[in-house]
Amino acid sequence: MSKAPPKPASKAKRRLPLLQPNRDGTPFYTRTLRITNVRVLSQVFFFALFVFLLMTTWFSRIGGYPVSLFLELDPLVGLATALSTHTVYRWLWRGLLVLIPTLLFGRVFCNWLCPYGALHQFIGFIFNIGSNRDHIAANRYRPIYQLKYYILAVMLVLAAFGSLQIGLLDPIALLVRSFTVSVMPASDLAVTGLGRELAERGLEPELSPLLSAPGAADARIFDGAIFVGLMLLGLVAMNLFIPRFFCRVLCPLGAMLGVLSRLSLWRIDRDPTRCTDCDLCLKGCEGASDPQAALRKSECFVCFNCIDDCPEDALSFKLTPPPLSAHLVGSLKDGSARLFGRPLKSQILGTENAGPAVPRRRWILASLGGAVAYPFMRLSKAVGARGFHEKVIRPPGSVAEPEFLERCIKCDQCLNVCPTNVLQPASLEKAGFEGLWTPVMDFSVGFCQLNCALCSEVCPTGAIQKISVEKKLGLGEHEDAGPLRLGTAFFNRGRCLPWAMETPCVVCEEVCPVTPKAIGTYDESIVRWDGERVTLNRPYMRPELCIGCGICEHECPVIDDAAVYVTAVGESRDPGRTLLLDSARQRKKG
Amino acid sequence: MPPPPKKPATEPPPEPPELPESRPNSAPGLESYRREQRRRFLKGALASSGLALGAGWAALAPPGFPLSLRDPTGELGKPRPSSLRLPEGGYAVAPRLGAADLGIAHGSQLMPMLRAAIDAIGGIQHFIQRGDVVLLKPNVAFERAAALGATSDPELLGALVALCREAGAAEVRVADNPIESPEACFARSGLQRAAVEAGARLFLPQHADFRELLTPGAALIERWPFFARPFSGVTKVIGLAPVKDHNLCRASMTTKNWYGLLGGRRNQFHQDIHGIIADLALMLRPSFVVLDGRRVLHRSGPTGGSLSDVKAGHTLVAATDSLAADAYGWSELLERRDEPLPRYFALCAERHLGQPDYRALRLAEVRLG
Repeated sequence: MSKAPPKPASKAKRRLPLLQPNRDGTPFYTRTLRITNVRVLSQVFFFALFVFLLMTTWFSRIGGYPVSLFLELDPLVGLATALSTHTVYRWLWRGLLVLIPTLLFGRVFCNWLCPYGALHQFIGFIFNIGSNRDHIAANRYRPIYQLKYYILAVMLVLAAFGSLQIGLLDPIALLVRSFTVSVMPASDLAVTGLGRELAERGLEPELSPLLSAPGAADARIFDGAIFVGLMLLGLVAMNLFIPRFFCRVLCPLGAMLGVLSRLSLWRIDRDPTRCTDCDLCLKGCEGASDPQAALRKSECFVCFNCIDDCPEDALSFKLTPPPLSAHLVGSLKDGSARLFGRPLKSQILGTENAGPAVPRRRWILASLGGAVAYPFMRLSKAVGARGFHEKVIRPPGSVAEPEFLERCIKCDQCLNVCPTNVLQPASLEKAGFEGLWTPVMDFSVGFCQLNCALCSEVCPTGAIQKISVEKKLGLGEHEDAGPLRLGTAFFNRGRCLPWAMETPCVVCEEVCPVTPKAIGTYDESIVRWDGERVTLNRPYMRPELCIGCGICEHECPVIDDAAVYVTAVGESRDPGRTLLLDSARQRKKG
Repeated sequence: MPPPPKKPATEPPPEPPELPESRPNSAPGLESYRREQRRRFLKGALASSGLALGAGWAALAPPGFPLSLRDPTGELGKPRPSSLRLPEGGYAVAPRLGAADLGIAHGSQLMPMLRAAIDAIGGIQHFIQRGDVVLLKPNVAFERAAALGATSDPELLGALVALCREAGAAEVRVADNPIESPEACFARSGLQRAAVEAGARLFLPQHADFRELLTPGAALIERWPFFARPFSGVTKVIGLAPVKDHNLCRASMTTKNWYGLLGGRRNQFHQDIHGIIADLALMLRPSFVVLDGRRVLHRSGPTGGSLSDVKAGHTLVAATDSLAADAYGWSELLERRDEPLPRYFALCAERHLGQPDYRALRLAEVRLG
């Protein structure tokens, strides 16, 4: 059938399968031009856009693209940072755009825009094979679906206190992080491996458009990629046990939109004079929102599958449908019930449950939980002003640590754009639970490139404030303020080749990018153990010139525990962490 | 070891299911059932002994036998990187009769200076023939604007690409493995734009682009990861380097420039910087080199970072002997003629990799407006 014979002769009979009329004689477009198909197109489009913007988050590609668009459109990011900082940073007002369709139609975001939702739905579509009965059972509402509301309440209360944790589970932040830290580096390995294989067979494929980090001399690595990756894999795999597990059970953004969708003007409406209680509407119900009974508006993803699946045409999407009880005449029990003169077929009268199925006291309990969790987090050693980890070195432009934790959503966009791979997701050991997966610099992997401030450009929440290269380097109008310092470099003379091993080196001095160099050398001529005379350039640090970029640590040949290393002390973002007396005056001298 | 083949049981272990009572002693039914069981057993026995034999062969056959996986010492399982060799004699071109070894052009206009310098050593037509695939190796080490003198000059790169194409090169490539992020270095220095606008093909290093290069006779880099991808099919190589002060080896010019083709743990080489430069001279024999003395980074090298570190030299040098070009740069451009030459000059000369006493060579010096 697919092999098309000469067309003109049989044009009338043989049409593309897509264009064949339906069995009941209606034209093909009543089948193909369905709103559910439009929805699938929308999901494909937004998922593709999401991946495209992630691939664009790179030095040579970023141009003027709004690479953090999805994070900015996420109203939970806007709301939670507004609670924690009492401000709305840069583009975060864009979250209001998502509220418009939510207040009109309900949680359309979840099934029309959200790339993470699309991923879960797609996995279920491919792997959840079963009978109608299985699907109907899997899509019934379960009490566990309340959990997301508790998560939302805990996270919003935490945010109000100043500890932003929504990023752990916010679907967009989670997906950006998973792609950045795990998926795209893995795909880079696959693409370069493929390119190498092809090159060995004499082909020269240009595969760099497929790379998320083209022109990076080393494959990117990320600390703890396995855990971020496992979180993605685990949550995706949960679809096999509960369809849309993440969306129904965990998603705090879905919970927020669910709370708001009680106000939505349109909703799915069931006509009990047609409904025969067959439950087929549950077959493809993405949100487990009980379309066969009283619709749970807060759970409905507005996927429209129920309307498609209803054999009786009893379901429709309506503007403010009225409650039925007022118009019901007669009694259900004796079968005399009538609605607008028509007899009722359905035995179920309920029409809608507008709000989430969460009793008020439980809202209060969850909020109390958040209030208690806050001190637990903030008093942890790793995040306090005292006892911080010396290797929690934040990107240039970062605000001081307490404010940083009010803003960072762990989306790891900054990691994605970093050209040297120095930005790494912080481990529990470095940044504690509160700072888990926030960006820190690891100079054994990369270094902070001098003329680069891309991380500050892509940060959606201002944890890394947008800065210019001039501000970073303290040039022009920023001369008085001096350069931004990320930390200070120190020498470990016990491991330094010229100091401890009579061996010439000074790579650190060579690569030091500031002028004049922050690393000087004592040039000494010594007689080595074997009698040979060697000149050693023994390096020392001029701390008032050091900006903590870490290129010395990165290039130090003592690669496992570098002989020159940067720690956070002296970072200019926090006046409480200075190293030198009167840093400002020292800077001017330099 | 294959299991000892068992005789097919005459009676299958499980009792055959009860045959319908209506057909007592139904021999044909029982017979076919037994035949089926026997066949199933034989198939299973054959498959499992085949598997066992195959596994036994793979595990126990002596190394070298076909399909043997046996590795008694553990040596065979180690990765064996296939190594690459550059062509014998490198990319050098036999000198043209009567041409100078060092073409030196003073002036202020790039293109006439470049032409004059190259013409003095034989002319671009002598080095580049129709159909050549030419690799240009600029110095892109750091993310610096060109004016700061830490990287090759984009205009010079563009001019050289144009000359090569004019001479009929089929393809001109530009490649380097900088210290800092490659994309940023190529972009900031202006070299990316210059290369692409002049019609060259740019090669930024990817981690899969490096292969082990075999350089027999090299002291430090006999086997070393090398930026190999841009070299496939290349017939001519031209180096273009700025004149830079260098904290450790004192001066970084055309010979040190080949450092940018190495991968791996390059930062170890500072322990013997002169040794590695001598090895680099051995590793890559270029068609010719261009030493750009129009900007001289006379201090704070090799990174620079301030315009006050750069002075104008108004000179371009083209040479087939890169060591001689570097020696000229040391004396005349860095103006350190009163100081002894850095040790790598002597190391290279010992291996006959160049002539540090450039005055002993044929010089052709041209002064343009």
